[in-house]
Amino acid sequence: MEDIKVLGFWSSPYVHRVIWALKLKGISYEYIEVERHGKSQLLRQSNPVYNKVPVLIHGGKSIAESMVILQYIEDTWPHNPLLPNDPYDRALARFWIKFGEDSIASITDLFMRPSKDEKERAIEIEKAQETLQVMEEKGIGEKKFFGGNNIGMVDLAYGLLCHWLEGLEEITGLKLIDPSRFPRLHAWTQNFKQVPVIKENLPDYEKLVVHLQWRRQQYM
Amino acid sequence: MEDKLSEVVLFGSWYSPYTSRVKLALKLKGIPFKYVEENLSNKSELLLKYNPIHKKVPVLLHNGMPICESLIILEYIDEVWNHAPKLLPEDPYQRSRVRFWANYTDQKIMPASYPLLLLKGEKKQKAIEDMEEMQRVLEEGIKQDFPEQFSFFNGKTIGLLDIFMGVNCYNYKAFHEVTNSEIIGPKNPKIFMWVNALKEHPLMKDTLPPHDKVVAMLKTMIAPTPDV
Repeated sequence: MEDIKVLGFWSSPYVHRVIWALKLKGISYEYIEVERHGKSQLLRQSNPVYNKVPVLIHGGKSIAESMVILQYIEDTWPHNPLLPNDPYDRALARFWIKFGEDSIASITDLFMRPSKDEKERAIEIEKAQETLQVMEEKGIGEKKFFGGNNIGMVDLAYGLLCHWLEGLEEITGLKLIDPSRFPRLHAWTQNFKQVPVIKENLPDYEKLVVHLQWRRQQYM
Repeated sequence: MEDKLSEVVLFGSWYSPYTSRVKLALKLKGIPFKYVEENLSNKSELLLKYNPIHKKVPVLLHNGMPICESLIILEYIDEVWNHAPKLLPEDPYQRSRVRFWANYTDQKIMPASYPLLLLKGEKKQKAIEDMEEMQRVLEEGIKQDFPEQFSFFNGKTIGLLDIFMGVNCYNYKAFHEVTNSEIIGPKNPKIFMWVNALKEHPLMKDTLPPHDKVVAMLKTMIAPTPDV
């Protein structure tokens, strides 16, 4: 029995990426809930650079940063692959993962740290919509999932756009992934949540909304 | 008859560190390629066609298909031309350490470098301190993750992290001169030794721009020449 631990926080979408990847590959692990705000010594020791979750500890070795962890999982347990076989398709997948990573902050900031100035607010919403437009047309395109007919690493990377974003949309009344404007992306959020591994491994929605509301107030 | 489609083309800019990374990787692997120097203030139609989303260099064209983003290009090169020398280690854990530090460089160090050139006074001092802290973190991390020096020091070949470090730090003296700082130095002995060894590597010397050219370029970034 391999010694695999995941250090996480229940509400984190980044932690959920790791959980989904492990579950999709049928890999057993011990989950350790870590207190937020840097009080965990185990976390500090296993991720001294960032002191953040998620961290994967495999046979005593620590891996931090969710996408680095996902790539490690893929390299170590290649069955049920999360990345395409062909190197070019793999490069494309990595491109979309990076695109998502680079966009996340500006999308979540829209809800968590909204600009108080009306003009600036309009600009930041427009920028987020432009980003989503790229995802809609070029990322998802005609496919059901970013990964094609089945979910892959790119879908896991974008997981935050469903459930978490829905919570933020509910709290603020700002419907960013509007189905009439982004039909494919919206369809993706619904399809993604229906995948059994995802459906069975999401934080409780009501609890999440309360938590996001609290965190939002911390910023404001 | 040569198959044109299998030709490798690199669109880049001489002073872009991201472009230099790809040049080094291709040369290291002995992959022949055509290089197209882009004027970044007047981008070519081909560049805009091959990287419509970001419109940036470098772009690698292989089999007529574009690959963007330097780290992604390097992984692609390593997978397609998977003969030695390998850019990434075989062991998954070692690979994860290389990716971790490559990300640290790209997400923390690189974004902090250019602004440093533009700041003055107290803000500049703070930026220098932040950069020094990042170097210290890198030093600690390298010591822990790669305790047996580097494969490069053992006479073996350079890899992805050597490429990243080499490109970033080859002209550290130019950076110091223009910003009046000393970020790379003996206070981080492992990095200092690594960088100085990389400066002597024939591939680096052959590929990376010389000190004076970089000083001149950095100076124009600080004080752009006025429009005529």
